[in-house]
Amino acid sequence: MTRFIDLTLNGISTGAVYAAVALALVIIWRATRIVNFAQGGMLMITTFIASSVIASSGHYWLGFAVALVCGLALGALVERLLMRRVEGAPPLNAVIVALGLLILLQAVAGMIWGNTPRSFPPAFSILGYEIGGTRVLFSPNDTFTVLVVAGVAGALALLFQRTAIGLKMRASAFQPEVARMLGVRVGRMFTLGWALAALVGSLAGLLVAPSVFVGPNQFDPILIFGFTAAVLGGLDSPVGAVVGGIILGLALSYVSGYEGSSLVTLAALVILLAVLMIRPGGLFTSTRERRV
Amino acid sequence: MTGATLLEIDELTTDYGPVRAVDAVTLAVQQGSVTAVLGANGAGKTTLLRTISGLVRASAGRVRLDGEDIVGVPVEDIVRRGLAHVPEGRGVIAELSTEENLRLGGLWRGAEVMQLDEVYELFPPLRARRRQLAASLSGGERQMLSIGRALRARPRVLLLDEPSLGLAPIVSTQIMQLIRSLAAERDLAVLLVEQNASSALSIADRGVVLNLGRVVAEDSAQALAGDESLRHAYLGF
Repeated sequence: MTRFIDLTLNGISTGAVYAAVALALVIIWRATRIVNFAQGGMLMITTFIASSVIASSGHYWLGFAVALVCGLALGALVERLLMRRVEGAPPLNAVIVALGLLILLQAVAGMIWGNTPRSFPPAFSILGYEIGGTRVLFSPNDTFTVLVVAGVAGALALLFQRTAIGLKMRASAFQPEVARMLGVRVGRMFTLGWALAALVGSLAGLLVAPSVFVGPNQFDPILIFGFTAAVLGGLDSPVGAVVGGIILGLALSYVSGYEGSSLVTLAALVILLAVLMIRPGGLFTSTRERRV
Repeated sequence: MTGATLLEIDELTTDYGPVRAVDAVTLAVQQGSVTAVLGANGAGKTTLLRTISGLVRASAGRVRLDGEDIVGVPVEDIVRRGLAHVPEGRGVIAELSTEENLRLGGLWRGAEVMQLDEVYELFPPLRARRRQLAASLSGGERQMLSIGRALRARPRVLLLDEPSLGLAPIVSTQIMQLIRSLAAERDLAVLLVEQNASSALSIADRGVVLNLGRVVAEDSAQALAGDESLRHAYLGF
């Protein structure tokens, strides 16, 4: 029973990270109908930047803040310089551009920082809480992870549902031409969407880096998990992304705990395939199934 | 009853590749008046409106809004100069609620935007539907929503594309009357595109008949409605 509780707690905290990656994908999907396969590369770059800042300054939170700011800027740049050219083109164009960007970012990171994964400090202690004499598999750092992701998800929900900017972003996503006819600067809304998504992505990178280490290819599985969580939630729904992330986190934690950690990536792919075959619209979408 | 010329279109031409959709069209709309653009399907009416509002690039000619040339100005900025375009098929955003659609209109105007209450007074049925998704509205309600949303920005020129399309005759008549009174009471210059020529001419001051992108007749609404050969050839009533 304690094992089950441990795995559940662990699943919630890893699920929170997948939820953050899924949120990053969902924001861009909603804004521009592009699946950002470069997200893993983008958050890898910002996490490397954080690692360098922390190493040279000795301040964790300085590196944390710099990574988030770089994430915002990187997202805006990628949209302006690259994705702007393929928005509205056949979907495959954007997929290829994103994959190309991913390979480019990984190569650049290897040239700058080398290919050997390096460790990354957690924000708080990763030693589990002690309850009744036993240590549970949930640490102050896990608490931080869950709270931050919950806070970000809540803030995004408020932004989209309650503010004028959020309304303009949603209108631009649903009907860009109509939005322009009402005076909305749709291009700016797309840039903002990418910037916000990359910000959330870099946050996910910072949260997950202590357990996967930082290296050019260390975040590849995280993108797969995030993508699976997003598809599980329906790609269109921020709430779905969060719930999908937690469900996936729990499922993978049980698989890893009861069957062995080597099966985790395989299990994620099985879940992804199962969702696409049985309920391609995801669990939390009101729209009809989408052709992929 | 009519004032200054707010919208002047001079030899405006639009091409879709090798196809000339709008061919040297010249017309003018005065403050407080309604000008109807009539013609069959494919006559170039919608393209004319889309060119005026900046959605489609003109190949030649001028569009002057209150004296200033606006050809080449992006849509978002033309809107800010006081022109509102209500698109064909009404362009309500089905995924947003009625009130969200309305709020979107004229957001750029800040505090000077037309208040929601004023829109609801103009279109009472919308008030009851404010929290529902626009997808659930009837055709007439969508048309009201689309016009109300455009009015929020307090435009001086209003382009309307087929507002009666798909509406029951009685609803269509109501919408037409409303357009008439909006032009008169708010001093709007209205350019109204319609296939339903008789209902458009019943409320318009002037009319222009397009055929294959060209102006084939231009006169007062009364004269056009009375011209039997024109009615048979182009207007179908």
